[in-house]
Amino acid sequence: MWDILKNRWRQGYRTQTFPPRGSLPPPFRGRPAMDSRKCADDCRRCAEVCPTDAISTDPLRIDLGRCLFCQECVRVCSGGAIAFSQDYRLATRCEKDLVLEGDKMRLAQALEKKRLRLFKCSLKLRVVCAGGCNGCDLELQALNNVVFDLSRFGIQFVASPRHADGLIITGPVTVNMKLALAKTYEAVPDPKIVIAVGACAISGGPFEGSDKVLNGAHSVAPVDLFIAGCPPHPLTILDGLLRLLGRMKEG
Amino acid sequence: MKINSAILKNGVAMALHEIPEIDFISWRRWIIESCQLAKGRVISLLAEDHGDRMRLYGLLGIDDRGELRLAGTDLMKNDLRYPSLTPDLPEAHWFERELYEQHNILPEGHPWLKPIRRGDYAPFYRVEGEEIHEVAVGPVHAGIIEPGHFRFQCHGEKVFHLEIQLGYQHRGIETMFPKANPSRQAVLAESIAGDTVVGHALCYAHAMEGLADKSVSVRAKELRVVALELERMANHVGDLGMLSSDVGFLPASAYFGRLRGEFLNLLMELTGNRYGRSFIRPGGTLLDLSKEKILDFWKRLEKSEQEFRDVSDLFFSETSVLARFEQTGVISAELARTLGLVGFPARASGIGHDVRSDYPIGAYRVHKPPMVRLTTGDVYARARIRSLEVKRSLEFLKEGLKALTVEKTFLPCDRFKFSSLVVSLVEGWRGEIVHIAITDSSGKIRLFKIIDPSFHNWQGLQMAMRDGQISDFPLCNKSFNLSYAGHDL
Repeated sequence: MWDILKNRWRQGYRTQTFPPRGSLPPPFRGRPAMDSRKCADDCRRCAEVCPTDAISTDPLRIDLGRCLFCQECVRVCSGGAIAFSQDYRLATRCEKDLVLEGDKMRLAQALEKKRLRLFKCSLKLRVVCAGGCNGCDLELQALNNVVFDLSRFGIQFVASPRHADGLIITGPVTVNMKLALAKTYEAVPDPKIVIAVGACAISGGPFEGSDKVLNGAHSVAPVDLFIAGCPPHPLTILDGLLRLLGRMKEG
Repeated sequence: MKINSAILKNGVAMALHEIPEIDFISWRRWIIESCQLAKGRVISLLAEDHGDRMRLYGLLGIDDRGELRLAGTDLMKNDLRYPSLTPDLPEAHWFERELYEQHNILPEGHPWLKPIRRGDYAPFYRVEGEEIHEVAVGPVHAGIIEPGHFRFQCHGEKVFHLEIQLGYQHRGIETMFPKANPSRQAVLAESIAGDTVVGHALCYAHAMEGLADKSVSVRAKELRVVALELERMANHVGDLGMLSSDVGFLPASAYFGRLRGEFLNLLMELTGNRYGRSFIRPGGTLLDLSKEKILDFWKRLEKSEQEFRDVSDLFFSETSVLARFEQTGVISAELARTLGLVGFPARASGIGHDVRSDYPIGAYRVHKPPMVRLTTGDVYARARIRSLEVKRSLEFLKEGLKALTVEKTFLPCDRFKFSSLVVSLVEGWRGEIVHIAITDSSGKIRLFKIIDPSFHNWQGLQMAMRDGQISDFPLCNKSFNLSYAGHDL
């Protein structure tokens, strides 16, 4: 008993304020910023080296739904046209907004009125890992620890889809998981929301093109929120969820 | 029997024509006798399609001597059958099922032949009789975990048998590999198992460096070890947290959970990603640590060490925790050897196998954390060994950080030897990770084989549940914490 109290005393208060003061420390790789003016004429090296074809040139664009933040593009670019910032905010409401040009990004907007009224103060989500490597699931799990403490925002992960207001889907949706995922989606009562977490769930990520995967959550259900990253930092996920609930300042 | 098998070195390529080809009967006997008499162990059985023939390779490890042995044999395509190894050598069980699934090679007399990943899951092993009931769980589980299906055959609370059916995470990585360009291959290797990014990335890089016959700078080797040990500690500490919550001891669960984050954050400051992605590439590491950072790391490790000791002492001296852990899910040394278990679950049962000591690569050749071995093989041993390994890794890293050399961390590595085979082994936090690559006559990878430690160890979890209670399952499961993704590929 005394040992437990002594440990509790030593541990202190560890929960991080959100949004955090300041950005994450380098070399953390967050949202990329591009400057087409620095591109050499007809240079396509970044696009050629990108493992997931996330980059297109003329004008220079990066699709965050595909990007794995691996920095291969930065390594081959002699002009410094692409740089990864420490900005962790990477969630959008539609796939189109994931395609970045320049250094602006249209972050996720709140749900429409009806669902917002229902879910704003209390949101229960069921996570389904549908393929992938488990990285995103680990970060979702981490949201429950004392540092990120998800439940202080009224958001909880629940065990049954019947208790849930929506699904979080990770992984590219493997052929072998399609049925189980579709059944889980059906079991969530309407109105519901679907959140795709990580490059795999958005586009198939590194597994895009394999005949064993269906290239993302959209293959089974319409997606309301896209959270980019490989895997997204817990702060990225938290930011996305709170934006969806209209609880973050726009911008 | 004297069989002429090739002796390989970890991460050194061998020309295909140097690998001995023997007839099937001798090959089979070589494997069984090496494992039964010479303390060998099956590291991998793999096949490659050669037109009208199917080439089988057997890769064995004689751990005591640090020897990797390899020999090949051919089966004719029009008659892909052979007498199964499994009845004589249970550790071949999973490999033979994989060969059957991937290449349609029929091991005659295999006791339980069904695919391990394909998705047609019936039939399940059944126990029948009065008052026997079956419990089916998954693929979608209650927690935030990966998909898999568990079938328990029970009598009341007592579990007679557990069958685990995986494959839901199957993404086809091995078949994607030969078609992918190097940058895609690297991210694929890092996506084999999301909690073992560093382990698999290192194993892949080491294999490619072997094929290119290049070695990396000393500093890169040292930084790789720093990343690998940070990964080990983060996962071990995280699992201890999970074990605490599974027995309802919440203070330790919260503290371990937070400490895991400290290690992940260190990994992020080293690599730019909490799981160590895009740091290790064939040729070295893409990032370096500044002098100030090294000092900062050292201080933070020192602080974590103190905090870890506090929480660990609290956890392992709590009688209610020990009462649940001790004598639960016992795997004897004999059983562990029979099943061919690897990594900390094997060491918790008294088997002294650790790639860092037996087949060391990189900086482990010079220094390595001393191997930890326990004997009881129960949940307690598999939990305790984590805390001991964390402790040793912490000491090892603190020592290592003081003595980092100064050098470039990356030199490009391409142009692979043609028609060659390389075997790369790394001790990831779960155990032995193996990548095997074969190049074609132009130096392109034509076959890539991945063996995550989970591939060996899932059978251990099944056996640990025998005669236990269903309520012991969460403990047994977390004490192993196996990878679904790493198994399913």
